[in-house]
Amino acid sequence: MIAFALRRAIQAIGVMLAVGVIAFSMFRFAGDPVSQIVSIDTPAAERAQVRKSLGLDDPILVQFGRYFANAAQFKFGVSYQFRQPVSSLLEERMPATLELATCATIFALIFGILMGVYSALRRDSVLAKLFQAISLIGISLPTFLIGILLIYLFAVILGWLPSYGRGDVVRIGWWTTGLLTASGLKALIMPAITLGLFQMTLIMRLVRAEMLEVLRTDYIRFARARGLTTRAIHFGHALKNTLVPVITVAGLQFGSVIAFAIITETVFQWPGMGLLFVQAIQNVDIPIMAAYLLVVSMIFVTINLVVDILYTVVDPRLRSTISRAS
Amino acid sequence: MTEPVLSVQNLRVEFATRRGVLRAIDDISFDIAEGEVLGVVGESGAGKSVTGNAVIGLIDPPGRIAGGEILLAGRRIDNLPAEEMRRIRGKRIGMIFQDPLTSLNPLYKIGEQIVETIRTHSSLSESAARKRAIELLTEVGIPAPEKRIDSYPHEFSGGMRQRVVIALAICADPELIIADEPTTALDVSVQAQIISLIRRLGRDHGTAVMLVTHDMGVIAETCDRVAVMYSGRIAEIGPVQDVIRNPLHPYAKGLMGAIPTLAIEADRLVQIPGSMPRLSAIPPGCAFNPRCASAFDRCRVERPEPIVCGEQRVACHLYDGDSAAKDHAA
Amino acid sequence: MTDALTPEIAAPPPGPMKRFVQSDLFYSFRRSKLTMVAAAITVLFFLVAIFAPLLAVQNPFDPAQLQLMNSRIPPLWSADGQSPFLLGTDEQGRDVLSAILYGLRISLTVGVLGVLFASTLGISLGLTAGYFGGIVDGLIMRVADVQLTFPAILIALLIDGVVKSVFGNQLDAGSTLAVLVVAIGLSFWVQYARTVRSSVMVEKNKDYVAAAQLIGLPAPVIMLRHVLPNAMGPILVIATINLALAVITEATLSFLGSGMPDTMPSLGTLIRIGNNYLFSGEWWIVAFPGIALAGLILAINLLGDWLRDALNPKLR
Repeated sequence: MIAFALRRAIQAIGVMLAVGVIAFSMFRFAGDPVSQIVSIDTPAAERAQVRKSLGLDDPILVQFGRYFANAAQFKFGVSYQFRQPVSSLLEERMPATLELATCATIFALIFGILMGVYSALRRDSVLAKLFQAISLIGISLPTFLIGILLIYLFAVILGWLPSYGRGDVVRIGWWTTGLLTASGLKALIMPAITLGLFQMTLIMRLVRAEMLEVLRTDYIRFARARGLTTRAIHFGHALKNTLVPVITVAGLQFGSVIAFAIITETVFQWPGMGLLFVQAIQNVDIPIMAAYLLVVSMIFVTINLVVDILYTVVDPRLRSTISRAS
Repeated sequence: MTEPVLSVQNLRVEFATRRGVLRAIDDISFDIAEGEVLGVVGESGAGKSVTGNAVIGLIDPPGRIAGGEILLAGRRIDNLPAEEMRRIRGKRIGMIFQDPLTSLNPLYKIGEQIVETIRTHSSLSESAARKRAIELLTEVGIPAPEKRIDSYPHEFSGGMRQRVVIALAICADPELIIADEPTTALDVSVQAQIISLIRRLGRDHGTAVMLVTHDMGVIAETCDRVAVMYSGRIAEIGPVQDVIRNPLHPYAKGLMGAIPTLAIEADRLVQIPGSMPRLSAIPPGCAFNPRCASAFDRCRVERPEPIVCGEQRVACHLYDGDSAAKDHAA
Repeated sequence: MTDALTPEIAAPPPGPMKRFVQSDLFYSFRRSKLTMVAAAITVLFFLVAIFAPLLAVQNPFDPAQLQLMNSRIPPLWSADGQSPFLLGTDEQGRDVLSAILYGLRISLTVGVLGVLFASTLGISLGLTAGYFGGIVDGLIMRVADVQLTFPAILIALLIDGVVKSVFGNQLDAGSTLAVLVVAIGLSFWVQYARTVRSSVMVEKNKDYVAAAQLIGLPAPVIMLRHVLPNAMGPILVIATINLALAVITEATLSFLGSGMPDTMPSLGTLIRIGNNYLFSGEWWIVAFPGIALAGLILAINLLGDWLRDALNPKLR
């Protein structure tokens, strides 16, 4: 078990190193860092001075090592646009993104599982067909269109919900939360639904397919032959076996949710990391781009690792295979 | 004569498919008495498992019981509402499936699965049900049941898992056990143990057993009576010794000839040429006629109905009131 | 003609494509009305995109044809509608319908080229990995694994960002289109590579491949002529579903401001522009491009769904 976790951790570090190389290459080679700092008419001597002070004359490996060591301490350099340390910008924006992504995931899980289970058990009912149609539309409508549609309906026409921003936030330590104020909660509704809708359809389809698969297995037949109630079979046996892979996928998808938040945050002008990233791309702010890549990869890799380990906790078969193997 | 535990009369099972209706079970009748073991034998696709599933009410759409009756202790059960049939399953009819590796839910401890079944069919408390579960595990020969009850299915070997499955099948003390190829998926060395366990349990509790298998050896050792199935029909049914020593139906003869131990005096194993027709292509007349060495014109046009010959019952034109034909065939 | 060189024993079984068209594929196509409608809509979208210059009342890319006095005209059926602007005009007096027709062209061009690029790249890498195995295989598949953990949109955004930082912010519309195609291609190759690789693994030990090797056909010929046709079914499914994804990705990039510029707008760009007029009541500027985009993707997705189910009945 520990050996397994260790092996996965080493793999994760490998991925992070690879991403680090990409981030560093962007940082170092995409455009000249010096010209971003100095003005056009800075004399060559002064440029060389800056170049030296930035350590750009050192061997590449040394520079990479330095970049990585700094990144490990969350030092990502200074933003070209804001003239502020990237780490403090990210720190300021991260709570907004994480809150949005978490709420979207919870929304997606609850509705995705409910709809998926229903459409697996009542396969031919009208409602199940409706869910299928919704899922197809959910996959076909680009996130930003859904966002625009919601804004038009609930902000422009009905005027119920705010169309942009996070509302009032409460500061708890370095964390800011919109979950404790009425305006914060109201502002969260549309972005969370917009962001969660795609995941919801994904989870619904997965739950439906998995559940249909599970319902065909021998142990469900045997459970029926044992005379268990339909309720016990569906919600005791089938659902539990269905949820094991679903939890894995939902967990793995959390990373994608954070990445897709880029779009939602742009539509709703949500002050998170994604919006920061999009603005950085438009303004060619490489330190922010590289830092975002590193932070998001870090989140991805951590999630993958946690899900892998959680999976073995949930499924007793894997637990013993792994302990036997190690 | 007491009432048979299970009585199946003129049962027909059909599957509606894209290419038309397929008749998987075509007009079969048989009884099983208390404490009796009936073997059901035949090639894959002959309708053995479908018969078992029909009795326990687990024919899934597009399949359906299209005719006939199934009586459990004299009461019809094939037309019961779903909820009443569910109460009978597991309580009055226990079922054992082929593959113990897939019959148990991998995510639940075996104790949980047994307790769940017991409590579905009785009003026992959690702790009483757990005590009963340990007794059951002891009865089916699981060593150290107090400890093993908290193990997951994957922690057992195949044979041990089948014992757990058997414990689950008998946990409400059913009148009838349907064992659908219970040893096929097991090692040869374990097969005999499982078979004798099923036989012992049947005897101890006076349970009727329907043992579905394609292994004539198992039938010979275990069963009181045997039904030979071919293409959804019963070709021959009778006491096991009679059918083995003196099979009447040409297909049964071929089948007996194919048992190595029984054919030891014969020069070589007899093979039945050809293979069983698919359900979609059953020939007119007797389904066996294309493979039958004794087939004559009538076999190709008229379907043989079961004929009583002593203790045996055979569906073959060779025995149709014409004892000469019988002598000729023997 | 390599045909003459190939002896009969080396001929692979008939390609899956041929078999499908002959049997179940057409059957299930004709049985599903929804699929037929989706196919018709998809074809219609492609046709109007191709013939956009003939159908549009103006060339929306040509500033000389736009007149500010025609700006913000609502659709024809509303009180203030004006002919010939069926779906109204935008801020610059651009006819919305014409902009959609030309935008559709851009979106479909990027989508189709992106899928072609992704599939070519993925198929070549998959063939290489599967056929040669060993280190090559390990390397390609590790890259695929890592890339698969990141969503395509993020990768496409990054590629776009890198290109921008290398070339500065001043790319012309044509180059932007090329960058988008490359970004989409690099984001979507993994699925093709995996599918082709596993198919190669299965096929390469079969007799007809061995026979082809024995008579000395060079490896690329064997792979392209004998192994690849067997993977065409799944590739077609992936390509169809990917076309929808590629169109979405392009639209999203353009919406985020990283894609097609205002001077040569795709559907995504039109939606970004129109979004600014949502609050001032000019809903038609964003609504119609949005409907066109959603309809296009829905139709392609329906086709892809059907194709997947038809080729893999087990999933139904």
